[in-house]
Amino acid sequence: MALKSTRIKNEQLEAHLFRVRALTGFVLVAFALLVLAGRFFWLQIVQHDEYATRSTQNRVHLRRLPPPRGLIYDRNGVLLADNVPAFRLDVVPERVENMDEMLDQLGMIIPLSDQDIKDFRRSLKQHRAFQSVPLKLRLNEDEIDRFAINRWRFPGVDVVPYLSRNYPQGALFAHVVGHVGRISAEELKHVDPDRYDGTTHIGKTGIERYYESQLHGEPGYEVVEVNADQRVQRVLQTHPPVPGESLYLSIDARLQKAAYQAFQGQAGSAVAIDPRNGQVLAMVSVPSFDPNLFVGGISSTDYTQLLKDPEKPLLDRAIRGGYPPGSTVKPFIGLGGLELDFRKPSDTVMSTGVFYIPGQVRGYRDDQRNGAGRVDLVQAIEQSVNTYFYKLVYDMGIDKLSTWMAQFGFGKPTGIDLPGEAAGVLPSREWKRIHRNQPWFIGETVISGIGQGYWVVTPVQLASALATLADGGVPHRPHLLIATRKGIDGKRTPVKPPAPGKPIAHDPKDWQVVRQGMIAVVNGDKGTARGLGDGFPYVIAGKTGTAERYSRTTNAYEDRTNLEALARRHRALFEGYTPASDPRIAVAVVVEHGAWGGSVAAPIARKIFDAWLAEQPPGSLPPPTVPKKPDAASGGTP
Amino acid sequence: MMQPLVMRLRRFAVRLWEHKRLDWPLMSALMLLAGVGLITLYSAGDESMRLVVNQALRFLLGGALLLLISRISPRDLRTWTPWLYSFSVLLLVIVAIVGEGRGAYRWLDLGVVRFQPSELLKLTTPMMVAWYLHPRHLPPSWKHILGAAVLIGVPAGLIAEQPDLGTALLVGAAGTFVLFLSGMGWRRILFLLGLVLLAAPAAWPFLHDYQRQRVLTMLNPESDPLGAGWHIIQSKIAVGSGGFFGKGWQHGTQSHLEFLPEHTTDFVFAVFGEEFGLFGVLLLLGLYLFIVGRSLWIAAQARETYARLLAGSIGLSFFVYVVVNGGMITGLLPVVGVPLPLISYGGTSAVSLLAGFGVLMSIHAHRKMLK
Repeated sequence: MALKSTRIKNEQLEAHLFRVRALTGFVLVAFALLVLAGRFFWLQIVQHDEYATRSTQNRVHLRRLPPPRGLIYDRNGVLLADNVPAFRLDVVPERVENMDEMLDQLGMIIPLSDQDIKDFRRSLKQHRAFQSVPLKLRLNEDEIDRFAINRWRFPGVDVVPYLSRNYPQGALFAHVVGHVGRISAEELKHVDPDRYDGTTHIGKTGIERYYESQLHGEPGYEVVEVNADQRVQRVLQTHPPVPGESLYLSIDARLQKAAYQAFQGQAGSAVAIDPRNGQVLAMVSVPSFDPNLFVGGISSTDYTQLLKDPEKPLLDRAIRGGYPPGSTVKPFIGLGGLELDFRKPSDTVMSTGVFYIPGQVRGYRDDQRNGAGRVDLVQAIEQSVNTYFYKLVYDMGIDKLSTWMAQFGFGKPTGIDLPGEAAGVLPSREWKRIHRNQPWFIGETVISGIGQGYWVVTPVQLASALATLADGGVPHRPHLLIATRKGIDGKRTPVKPPAPGKPIAHDPKDWQVVRQGMIAVVNGDKGTARGLGDGFPYVIAGKTGTAERYSRTTNAYEDRTNLEALARRHRALFEGYTPASDPRIAVAVVVEHGAWGGSVAAPIARKIFDAWLAEQPPGSLPPPTVPKKPDAASGGTP
Repeated sequence: MMQPLVMRLRRFAVRLWEHKRLDWPLMSALMLLAGVGLITLYSAGDESMRLVVNQALRFLLGGALLLLISRISPRDLRTWTPWLYSFSVLLLVIVAIVGEGRGAYRWLDLGVVRFQPSELLKLTTPMMVAWYLHPRHLPPSWKHILGAAVLIGVPAGLIAEQPDLGTALLVGAAGTFVLFLSGMGWRRILFLLGLVLLAAPAAWPFLHDYQRQRVLTMLNPESDPLGAGWHIIQSKIAVGSGGFFGKGWQHGTQSHLEFLPEHTTDFVFAVFGEEFGLFGVLLLLGLYLFIVGRSLWIAAQARETYARLLAGSIGLSFFVYVVVNGGMITGLLPVVGVPLPLISYGGTSAVSLLAGFGVLMSIHAHRKMLK
C-alpha cells in the first residue's frame, strides 16, 4: 500500500516535472532556432553581397564571339575565299572527368581521326581555363544527330556552330590565296590573345597569312546565362563582333584559270604582271592542291601524300621556286651593254660556235654548232647568240654586271605581298664570298652572261624585272591587294599602290633596240619563238630561255630530236609582254621539265595573252597592229 | 467470448466518428506547412506538376493515417507498444540480412509499396521508451536509464549500420527526448553528455569514409569546391544570394540552373531561402516553432505519463529535423540525409511525420478520458 500511495503522489510530481522539462525543452528549441535564424541572417544579410556576386558568377558568363573572317575576291569580284556555316565539337576540359575515357566513348558515336585527337591534345596543353577546345571540325548532319541523342553522356562536350573557311576555286588559287588552319601553339604566342579568343583558325599561307590582321576583324562578346553544365540557357546581352575586311586581289580569275590549264599538269609556274603598276594579273604554280583539305584538319594520309609527291604540289613555285634564268637575262644584259657604253647598237660580234677567254683553253659554246655568224644586239637577242653575251660580260666584268642587274630586282625578294618569298641569286663577287667563301673566277662571269652558273631567279622576280623592262625602266613592286571592303555592305575602297621605285637611268634609244630584239624573237624569221604571235592582234615581245639543270659532262652537241631526254635536263623559260608599243601585260613562264623555252614555255605565255585579250573591255586598248609575217614587225631582222 | 470484442469494436467505431477530435491550431499549422511545401516544391522541381501531385498524394495518405491514429486511444497504443516495437526492430534485422553486402540498403520492397523500416522506428522507439518508463519511479534511476539506453541503442545502431546516420540520429534523439522529459537529473544528463563528447573522437575510425569526408567538408568546403564541397558551397550561395526578400518564387537561379544538387529533397530549404529570402525563412522557422510549442502544450495537457512523454518527444523530434536540415544547408552541420519536414520531397518521411502527429492528436483528443 505504501508503494501505491507514493505512486499517486508521484503522478502529480511527474506531471509537474514534465511541465518544467517541456518548458525547458521549448526554450532550448527556441534558442536553437534563434541560432539558425542568426545563421540565415549572417548569410542572407551580412554576406549577401558576396553570395549574390558568386551566384551571378555561377550563371552569367561572357562568351566571346569570334569575328567572321573577311572574304577574298579577284579583281572582278569573283569569290576566292568565303565562309560557310558549319558545326564543330567543342570540349571544356575542366568539365570532363576522365578525358581518355570520354574520347573513347565519344569515338564510338562520332568517328575521331588520329589527327583530330592529336590536334586536340596539342590544343589542350595551351588552352585557357574553362575555355572550350575544338575537337572535331565540320561535323556532318548524321554526326550532329548522333551526338544530340548522346549529349547527356558527355558533360563539357557540345556542338557549336561556326563559320568554316571555304575556297570555291579549289586548287586554282591554293598558293596565292593560301589557306587557314588551326592556330598552333607557336602562332598563339604571337597574336593578341583577346583578339583570338574563340577563334580557331588563322591564315597559314598566302594572302590569308599576309593580310591576317585585316582579314581577322575584332571579336565581340555575349553575356549568357549558363546552367551548372555550362550549357547556355539564354543570351542576356550581345556586343556583335566587327567582321574582318574583305580583300580584292589584282588577279583575274579567268586569266588565272587559263594560265593554270595551259600547263596541262606539267610542273612549273607562270606570273603575269601589269607593267604600268605592278599589279599581279595571274600567278600559278603547278601542280597544286585543294586548300580546303587544310581547313577542317587534313588527314595524315592526305598530308603525307602531298609531302611525298615528287612534284612538290605544296611548293609555291611562283615565289619560292628557284630556277636558272638561262637566256631570259640576255635582254637585260644587252641593255646594260648599251647603257654602260660597252656596246653601240650597231656593234657586231662573230659567232663561230665556241668562245674562248683569251689565254684559256676551255671553250664556251653557242647553241648552234657552227655559230650564227656576225650578229648585232638585235640579232643576238632574236637568235639567242651566246657568244655575243659571253664577250659582252667579259668586257663588262662581274661587278658592273651585278650592279646593273640588281636594279631590276634580281637577287632580292620583290616585296610582293605574300609571305615566304625567296631571294634568288644574283651572281656577284660578294655573294660568292659570303656563300662559298671563294674568290671570283672570270669563267663564272662568262657563263653568268647567258643566265647560267650561280644565277637563281623566281618566276615572280623574272616577271617583275620584265615588267620594269617593258615599262621603260620604272620599277613597280609587284602586289596583289588592290582594294578592301569593310563589313558586308561596305564600299570597295582602293588601296594605295606601293610607290614606284627609282627609274633606272637610261637612253630611250637603247631601250628601243632591246625591244626590237625581243620583238624579233617572236616575229623575226630566225626568232627562237617565231610564230608565237600568229593571229594575235598586237605585237608580242619576248625572250626564250632554256636553262640547264646540270652542267654538261661532254662537249657533244645535243641531238635535238630526243626531247624526252632533254626535258629531263632542261628547264624551259619564256618571258614576254604585249602590246610591244604600250605594254599592258608581262608574263614569265617556267616549265620545270621543258625541252626548249620556245617550244614548251612560249605557247603557255601565248595562251595567257589570249585569255588576257578576251578579258579587255572594248576601247581600253589601242587599235590592233596585226603584224604580217615576217617583215611587219617593227624593226625586225634586217 | 464474442460479446466483449463486438462491444469494443462498436465503441471504437463510435469514437472514430466523434467530433472535436483534432487540435485545430496544430492541424491548421500542419496544413499551412504542407501548402508551403507544395508551393516550394513546384518551383524547386522546375515547375513540374508531377512532383507536386505525388507529394500531395503522400500528404493525403499521411493525413488519412493521422485521422485514423487520432481515433486510437493512447491506452490502446500503450498496450500495443511492445509488439509494434518488436515488429519494427524485426523488420530492421530482416533488412540488414537481406541487404548483406550491398552498400547502403534501407528499403523493404513489399511489391506495391517500398518503405524504409527505419521510418517506423522514429515513432516506435519513443513509444517503447515511454512504455518502459511509465510505470517506473520518475525521475528514472541509473538502472532504468540503462534499460532505456538499450531500447534506444539497438534500433539506432542497426540503422547507423545501414548506413543511414541521419535517421539513426533522429531515432536516437526521439528516444533520448523521452528520457529528458521524464525528468532525468541534470547532473546525469551532463555526465552522459560529457561521456558522449569524450567518446566522439573514438568513434571517428568507425565512420565510413564518406561520412568522415562530409565532416571534413563541412569544416572546409572550399578545399574541394567542385567535388565534396560543391553541395555546401552551392547551398550557401543559394541562401546568401536570396537576401532579405529573396529572388522571388520560381526565380531561384541556383536551383533552376541546376547548380544546387538535390534541390527538391535534402536541399529544398536552400531553394526556399533563395526564393523567399530571410523574410520567408523567419516566417517558416516561426511556423515550425509554433508547431513544436503547440505539441509540447498538448503533451503538458495529458494526464498520463506514457502519453505525456510520447507527445513531448514527438514535438521535440520535429524540431531536430528542422535544426539539422537548416544547419546542413547553411554549412553549420555536416551533410546528413535529414529532410526538411513536410517540405522536402519524399514519401516515407512525410507519411511517418504525419503519423506521429496522429499520435499527438489522439493524445489531445483523449486528454480527459484517461484516469
